[in-house]
Amino acid sequence: MPNPTRIEINCETGVETVIELTDAEVAELAYQAELAAEKKAEEEAQAEAAATAKAALLEKLGITADEAKLLLA
Amino acid sequence: MANTYTLISSATVGAVPATSIDFTSIPSIYTDLVLKVSARDTNAIYREIFLTINGSTANGTAKVLSGNGATASSYNATRVEGIGYTNNSTTTANTFTSVDFYIPNYAGSTNKSFSADGVGENNATTAYAELTASLWSQTAAITSISVVLGAASTFAQYSTAYLYGVKNA
Repeated sequence: MPNPTRIEINCETGVETVIELTDAEVAELAYQAELAAEKKAEEEAQAEAAATAKAALLEKLGITADEAKLLLA
Repeated sequence: MANTYTLISSATVGAVPATSIDFTSIPSIYTDLVLKVSARDTNAIYREIFLTINGSTANGTAKVLSGNGATASSYNATRVEGIGYTNNSTTTANTFTSVDFYIPNYAGSTNKSFSADGVGENNATTAYAELTASLWSQTAAITSISVVLGAASTFAQYSTAYLYGVKNA
């Protein structure tokens, strides 16, 4: 299977060049994708933790999310 | 009101997936630019469509208003963004996300602003539509624009990008 490409269009000349990525560039892309996946997982975990903490606090206070909004309005 | 609208260049992704579509040597003879992107990601996770300006991924920010048919939300991004949820291999076959960017005063000497509207199509409950305001805090004239996906993902075959120049906007 060929490596992914990048497409470069020179707007002055109109020449389009399809450039196959080198193995090193593909490895770098895979690394970047891994970093992004880790970051996304971390953000999702933080969001889930915040939602859980919020739900616990609402339960402790004995009010709903709408009632909390009303209090803060 | 614009009185010219000229196609500068366009590209279509072939059978081999592409990581980016790069417009280089953009002439400075226009007032504004319009970039129309139709894209599908080869992977299974929703990714963003970003623009890399003059080869730089830095100095970008974005404010995004997002809806997916069930919920509405807003979020910030740290790059020039078109949409946060590009059609991918989990969405209906042969469907694409459409994003229009408007880039005023791209050749000027002030920071560069971008507006974008992006919509996906999907024969399912969830499909995303977003409005985005981005800023590239650099004063250099824009001479190159690369269209890329988040997490270094790849554009599927038949994804396209069309760059137009607008005069006297």
